[in-house]
Amino acid sequence: MREIQIQEIRNAIKEMCVETNHFLSEDMKNALIDARITESNLLGKKILKQLETNLEIAGNKMIPICQDTGMAVVFAKVGQEVSIIGGDFETAINEGIALGYEEGYLRKSVVNDPLLRVNTGDNTPGIIHTEIVKGNQITLTLTPKGFGSENMSRIYMLKPSDGRQGVIEAVVETVREAGPNACPPLVVGVGIGGDFEKSAQMAKEALTRPINEPAKALHIQELEQEILDKVNQLNIGPGGLGGNTTALAVHINTYPTHIAGMPVAINLCCHVNRHATRVL
Amino acid sequence: MEKTYTVPLSLEDRLSIRAGDYLYLTGTIYTARDAAHQRMWEALKNNEELPIEIKGQCIYYLGPSPARPGKIIGSAGPTTSSRMDKYTPDLLNLGLTAMIGKGKRSPEVHRSIVENQAVYFAAVGGAGALLSQCIKRATVVAYEDLGTEAIRKLEVENMPVIAIIDTTGKDLYEGGVDEEINTK
Repeated sequence: MREIQIQEIRNAIKEMCVETNHFLSEDMKNALIDARITESNLLGKKILKQLETNLEIAGNKMIPICQDTGMAVVFAKVGQEVSIIGGDFETAINEGIALGYEEGYLRKSVVNDPLLRVNTGDNTPGIIHTEIVKGNQITLTLTPKGFGSENMSRIYMLKPSDGRQGVIEAVVETVREAGPNACPPLVVGVGIGGDFEKSAQMAKEALTRPINEPAKALHIQELEQEILDKVNQLNIGPGGLGGNTTALAVHINTYPTHIAGMPVAINLCCHVNRHATRVL
Repeated sequence: MEKTYTVPLSLEDRLSIRAGDYLYLTGTIYTARDAAHQRMWEALKNNEELPIEIKGQCIYYLGPSPARPGKIIGSAGPTTSSRMDKYTPDLLNLGLTAMIGKGKRSPEVHRSIVENQAVYFAAVGGAGALLSQCIKRATVVAYEDLGTEAIRKLEVENMPVIAIIDTTGKDLYEGGVDEEINTK
């Protein structure tokens, strides 16, 4: 068994909280720059330029890109040959989140109970998805998720007969309804198959894929491209003010499903699609 | 030529602003989002006074990230306005004249904006670092216990916004953008 100290996990999470909230990954940044060139609407171009300037200010002055520094979502892939030493895994992740949000001057946006709604004061707990995998490493992906776009996300329990066209309509309808609220240009994460919660989790994880790295299966790649084209014809555009840049990418993850169903989850993310990964 | 308006806005300015105008705001505004709106709304239901004078003012739907030491404020972009829709007509009836947020409003809010000769602006969502540079002073003036959701009085300079709903009832999100009137 390979030993991994709990501090390594805590530190990795802390660092990623601060990093992701001030710096977008290169692929996201480039997608925004490319969009400014291809955007046909003048106001849309202007908004995209503002977003570029915003990223420069965020990085240079260490001001979070967006004031909604998100609820911290962690995808942890833990190798089964790893022994975690010095404490428990989930506590370490939550401590990392608390430290990152405090030391990084990030907004604490989590309330203790959905109905009582008292702020926990340290942005914990995070949402932790742990998977046991082969090997002797731990891969941690952190994605602070803002709720402007989260609130506009949807799950459809489609029928098998709805088919490919049903999926396309579900995604396009979700983006259309979100309109300006989800802070376009968006990244659209889609999970097809599995069951109710599996589809949602896949949709969230799809957002962490590098922009425009297509799905592995050819028929899913084609579906991603077709939906992206359709979404960009909605004339929602940057800031919802019109234009052909409504989404920067559509990422679809799939999983086997039941003979009776076809769950489709659509998790929208704003242009501040923050994520980072560390391998321990 | 993009124009700068003084906030709070005069009636004359409100009447002249049109959906689609890209403009700048300079002056005093107040922040309030979900929790502060709920508290104000409950105060009104209980016939209590509001902690700030709403009449004539402009509310920015904002919960900023914390200021670093020596700084005025952290990241400071708009939050989604529709969550404030339930509370907004009451505030407009009390004399609120402008709101800054992002996203669509309900038909009730739209109607109330027109009735009260108010204006609804959007700031660019997710541009919190950029927008923070327009804030020259920030003071918590009510509900301090709400932290980021407290009501703050802000002095802003050349804050870029886009008029979404104007006093004639035109809604930019519904009508699409006429590129001729993007800038004024």
